[in-house]
Amino acid sequence: MSDILLQVIVSGLLIGAVYALFSSGLTLIWGMMNVINFAHGDFVMLAMYTAFLVWTAFGGGPAASVPVAAIILATIGVLSYFLLVRHIMKGPMLAQILGTFGLALLLRYSAFWYFGANFKTLPDSILGSPFVLGSIRIDAPRLLAGVVGLVVTVMLHLLLTRSALGSRMLAVSEDATAAQLMGIRPERMQAVAWALAAGSTGIAGALIATFFYTSPTVGETLAIVAFVTVAFGGFGSVPGALVAGLIIGVIEGLSAFLIGPVYKDVVVYLLFVLVLWTRPQGLMGKA
Amino acid sequence: MRQRQLLYAAVAALSLSYPLLTASTPVYQRLGALVLLSAIGASAWNLVGGYAGQVSVGHAVFFGAGAYAALAAYSHFQLPPLAGIPLGVLIAVLIAALIGMPTLRLSGHYFSMATIAVAELVRVLVSNWDWVGGAQGISGPAVPRTFLDLSFTSALPYYYIFLAVLAAILLATWRIETSRMGFYLRAIKDSERAARSLGVAAGRYKLYAYMLSAGLTALGGSLYALMFGFVDPESGFGILISVKMLIMAALGGSGLLFGPLVGAMILVPLEEISNSLLGGKGAGLTFVVYGTIIVVIARFLPSGILAVFKSAGSVPGKPATSGRPHAA
Repeated sequence: MSDILLQVIVSGLLIGAVYALFSSGLTLIWGMMNVINFAHGDFVMLAMYTAFLVWTAFGGGPAASVPVAAIILATIGVLSYFLLVRHIMKGPMLAQILGTFGLALLLRYSAFWYFGANFKTLPDSILGSPFVLGSIRIDAPRLLAGVVGLVVTVMLHLLLTRSALGSRMLAVSEDATAAQLMGIRPERMQAVAWALAAGSTGIAGALIATFFYTSPTVGETLAIVAFVTVAFGGFGSVPGALVAGLIIGVIEGLSAFLIGPVYKDVVVYLLFVLVLWTRPQGLMGKA
Repeated sequence: MRQRQLLYAAVAALSLSYPLLTASTPVYQRLGALVLLSAIGASAWNLVGGYAGQVSVGHAVFFGAGAYAALAAYSHFQLPPLAGIPLGVLIAVLIAALIGMPTLRLSGHYFSMATIAVAELVRVLVSNWDWVGGAQGISGPAVPRTFLDLSFTSALPYYYIFLAVLAAILLATWRIETSRMGFYLRAIKDSERAARSLGVAAGRYKLYAYMLSAGLTALGGSLYALMFGFVDPESGFGILISVKMLIMAALGGSGLLFGPLVGAMILVPLEEISNSLLGGKGAGLTFVVYGTIIVVIARFLPSGILAVFKSAGSVPGKPATSGRPHAA
């Protein structure tokens, strides 16, 4: 019994690290410019299809698909920023929500139109046999996803807090005008934020595709996971997203195991509403 | 002012005679009914999303509550679906109070995300709730038993039912718009802090708008169930239901009386046409078009189509500050 529980918790932590990775993109954009990207989950979906295409076209595994998806998604992120977000971020809130929601629909149904509604999956054996540690068995794709998720999230945090680029981005998020007077170009920094945010969804999506089915609407579920993670961790906080992602991964796993797989989403949504209700600034957000 | 009255009279005459003008083509009658049905939902959304500026992305909860209540009345109690409407409206208003009291305290985006999460929560719960048919959904009467079932093969009766309901909603909205509550809601939308400091009970008025909006949306859901006689978790609680209300209102002009109707008049025919032109594969492409339109509106017309006319040609001889301040 306790072995199974341990197994569930370890799996939860691994998936939680992936949640943390793509949620940190959402939280970064929110922290930089007070915009919620409703298309964030669909960025992950595109990355999953990218991984699928890399596999069907060249037979490439995660070693190829992760960098490819990261580059493609970062490009899409920068394009979204320059063509859309830059113009709507100073408008009314409804226009912001509409703009990114429209983008979400556009991406989701383009995928639906092109790939069809059927689930696509990569072969189970893409990374070899499961990894056994004592009494715990972990599928290799999940292990890889969890470890890479954790490492990249921490790297993103370090980039934002310990590098000159990170300081410039922080300056823009605190006061774009003052930053401009110091010779920092706000638009360039915001574009970098979109590249980083979308690039992290690229890495996360390509990893998720190795163990999860890909469908046009998968982004909807993942977007809600990202909202929950970001709200729980605190808007704008990457470490918050990391802690929250890990907690949510474990809670999901435990509720699927203890109550039933169908109710894991219910538990997560309930948690979300409770967090918003009782602590809207989240675990590590600014009040 | 006279010109405006003439315009209203022309619109009323046209909307009353539309089904008769298109009597030879039932497809157009059906299209008219669908436009009005969507306009009902979008106008209901407009009360809280447009006037009060609280962008709900979870109105499907109320729509679904209305649709399910109407059909549950039939399938469990053999009542006409009509009898379920009051229950659906009541449930929707209660859910709105339950969601609204905690979340309307939160600012902008938090409220939007909370409403999405609640809608998804309810969708998953309903999909697993056998009493209302689980993932299969529930149906209404296959053949009308009495007139009260309001089950017709022609779209004509629905057109007039929807027109009457929409007219009532718009009238109520207009009364609110010109009342004290209307001013309060616009003040809250412009700056909640300023409104509070001037003594507006912002939380209370937002909640009233949300509950009223929820009840009317549930009514729209019930009407949907009457016409289609079937609802499942996706067509009742799906996120696209919420999104369409929002988009129609925003396209026409949110916070403007006729904005949602204008939005529905553009988007519903567009959806129907692209569905029929593109056939089975069109479902995806329709929403690609939808998405593109939304992105373009957000980018170039952030306040909606009607707002353009409003700022370009305000009525001569009427100072902008008297009566109704700009809602944009």
